[in-house]
Amino acid sequence: MTAAEARVERPSLRARLAARGLDATTALCLPAVIAVLALFVYPLVYGLVESLTPKAGRWYANYAAFFSDPYLYGTIFATLRLALPVTIVNLLLAVPIALRVRLMRRQRLLTTILVLPVTLGTVLVAEGLLNYLGPQGWFNRSLMTIGLIAAPMKLTNNYWGVFASLLITGFPFAFLLTLSQVTGIDPALEQAAATLGAKPSARFVRILLPLLASGLAITFALSFVQAFAVFPSAVLLGQPAGATHVISIAAYQAAFEQYDYSLGSAIALIMGAAQLIIVVAILVLRARFYRGPAGAAKG
Amino acid sequence: MTSARNSTAGALRLAGVRRAFGAYIALAGLDLEIAPGEFIALLGPSGCGKTTALNCIAGLTPLTSGSIWLGGRRIDQLPPEARGFGMVFQSYALFPHMSARRNIAFGLAMQGIPKESAEERVNEALAMVRLEAQADKPPGQMSGGQQQRVAIARAIVIRPPLVLMDEPLSNLDAKLRLEMRAEIRRIHDAIGSTTIYVTHDQDEALSLADRIVVMREGAIRQVGAPADLYERPEHPDVADFMGFRTRMTGRVVARDGERAIVEACGARLQVLARDALQPGEKALLAVRPEDLVAMRDGDGIEAEVEAIEYRGRAYFGLARAKTADELYFRSDAPLGRGQAIRLNATPDRAVAFSGPSR
Repeated sequence: MTAAEARVERPSLRARLAARGLDATTALCLPAVIAVLALFVYPLVYGLVESLTPKAGRWYANYAAFFSDPYLYGTIFATLRLALPVTIVNLLLAVPIALRVRLMRRQRLLTTILVLPVTLGTVLVAEGLLNYLGPQGWFNRSLMTIGLIAAPMKLTNNYWGVFASLLITGFPFAFLLTLSQVTGIDPALEQAAATLGAKPSARFVRILLPLLASGLAITFALSFVQAFAVFPSAVLLGQPAGATHVISIAAYQAAFEQYDYSLGSAIALIMGAAQLIIVVAILVLRARFYRGPAGAAKG
Repeated sequence: MTSARNSTAGALRLAGVRRAFGAYIALAGLDLEIAPGEFIALLGPSGCGKTTALNCIAGLTPLTSGSIWLGGRRIDQLPPEARGFGMVFQSYALFPHMSARRNIAFGLAMQGIPKESAEERVNEALAMVRLEAQADKPPGQMSGGQQQRVAIARAIVIRPPLVLMDEPLSNLDAKLRLEMRAEIRRIHDAIGSTTIYVTHDQDEALSLADRIVVMREGAIRQVGAPADLYERPEHPDVADFMGFRTRMTGRVVARDGERAIVEACGARLQVLARDALQPGEKALLAVRPEDLVAMRDGDGIEAEVEAIEYRGRAYFGLARAKTADELYFRSDAPLGRGQAIRLNATPDRAVAFSGPSR
C-alpha cells in the first residue's frame, strides 16, 4: 500500500467530523448553548447546591423537613388538585372548539378574541375576576336578578376563583396548540371515513382522535406545567393559607417570608420534580400513539 | 363479487344539479343519466366543476338546487355515510394510523359486518388489487401506486352501487399511470359497479370510459362514446380537449350534409361541419396536428416553420400562416426554422363550428 492510498482510505479529521455532521456551521448553535447554560443549567445547579446546604442539619434536611410536614407536602396535592382538572377541562374545551373553528371563514377574528387573555397577563385577569366573580360582581348580580340564586355564590378567595383564572389564562394556549394540530389533519380523511359509512361520532373516535392523540399529549403536558406553576391567581383569587396553598406559595414563603433560601430552593426543586414525573408519564403514554404526519400520505 | 349484484341498484340520475359558492357558480344545472354498470368519465380542465359534481354525488358538497336519484330513490338529502358509495380521493386519503388491511376493513366495520366475513372480503379485495404482500404495512411505508391500490380496494370492498374516483392517477408517474389505468378498467369489469371517474386527461378518459362527459365552466358541453367525441366534437371546447390544437377562422364555401368546404388561410379545406353553418358564413376551424401535414410544395396553406420537435416516428411543429394564424402540424421529414412549407389538411378530419367564438 502506498502513502497515497493510505491517505485515500483515511480522510482527514475535518472530513470525518463533517461526515458526522460536525463542521463550522455547528458553531452556530453556540449562542443557544450559552443561553441554556446561563439561564437554565446554572440556576438549576445553583438551586440544587443551595437546597443541599440547609441552615441546620444534614444535607437532606430541607427535603426531610418538606416531606415530614403535612402543611408543606400537602401543597403538592393542593397544586395537583388545581392543575390536573384545569388542564383536562381546557383540553376538553379546546378540542371541540378547535374542530369547529377549523371550518369557519372568520377564523382569524375568533382566534384573536380567544387568544386575547394570553396578552393580559395573570395578574390583570385575577384582578378582573375578583370584581366580576365577587359577591357584588356582575356574575352574581345577574344570576340573582334573573332569580337563579337567592344569595351570592362564593366564587372568589377559594378554589373556584383560582380554577376560573387558570382556565381563562390557560385556555388560549391549549386552544392554539390544538387548532394547529387539528388543521394539520387532511379534511379528505374525514370525508373518506364518511363515504365509508362512518357517522360523525365514529369519525371523531376512529380517525380524528387517534391522529390528534400524540399532539394532545404534548398540549396536555405544556398546559399542565403552566397550571402547576400557578402563583399570582392562587394568592389573589384563592385562599393561599388553605385550599389553594399551592407549592409555589410554599416556596415563596420559605424563601421570602422565612428568609430560608435553602428550603425555598428545595421546594422549587421538588416542584420541578413533580412536574417532571407527570410530563414523563405523559410522554411514555404518548409513545403508544400514532405520531406520523396526519396529512393524506402521498406517494 | 358479480356484476348481477349491482345492476339492481338502478340508474343514477342528476336533475338540474346546481352548486354555487357565493357568487361563483361551480355547477350550472347538470342533467345526466348513468346506466347501471357504466363507466363514465367527467372530463374537463381544472375549475370546470367536475370535482364539485363528484362531491355532490358523494354527498360531500350539498346542492344549491336540483336533485340526485339512484334507482327510484332521491339521495341528495342523505349524508355521505348513508349513501354507501365508494370514493377514491385524489390524495388517496388513506388513514395514516392504520395498516392497509385495517384501512380496507374500515368500511366493513362501519357497516357492522361480522369480523370473519369481513376478513374474507378484505382478503378478496387485497387479492383483486394484488397487494396481499403489503397488507400489514401502514400507508406511509408504501409507494404511490400501492397506496392507490389500497384506496381502490377500500372503496370497492364495501360493494358500493357506485364508485367515484377523483383524478386517482394524477399523483403517479407516467409509467405507473398506464399500468393503473388498465388495472382500474379490469377491476371495474370484475365488480360491475357503476363508476364515475373525474379526470383532466383526455387519454385516460378515452381509454377507460364507456361514455365521456366533457365539462366546461360548470356545464356539460357534450356527452358521448369516446370515438364520437374524438371524431365528431360538437363544441369548440370539446374539440380543444380532444386534441384539436390548431384554431383558424375561415368562411364556408359550400355545404353538403355533414361535409363542407371552408376557405381558411388562403386554402380550401374539406371538413366536417357542425352547427347550422351555411355557405358564406364565418367558421371556426379546429384541426389536430396529425391531420395537418407539412409538404415542401404543392397546394395547401402557405406557412413558415416557427418551431419543430421530434416525437418518435414523426416531427411535430408550429408554423405561422400568412394570415398570422398559428398552425400545429405534423411532418415526416425534419424541417428548419423559417422554412416555407405547404400544409395539407386530411379531408373530413378538421371540424368547422359556427364562429369565431373567440
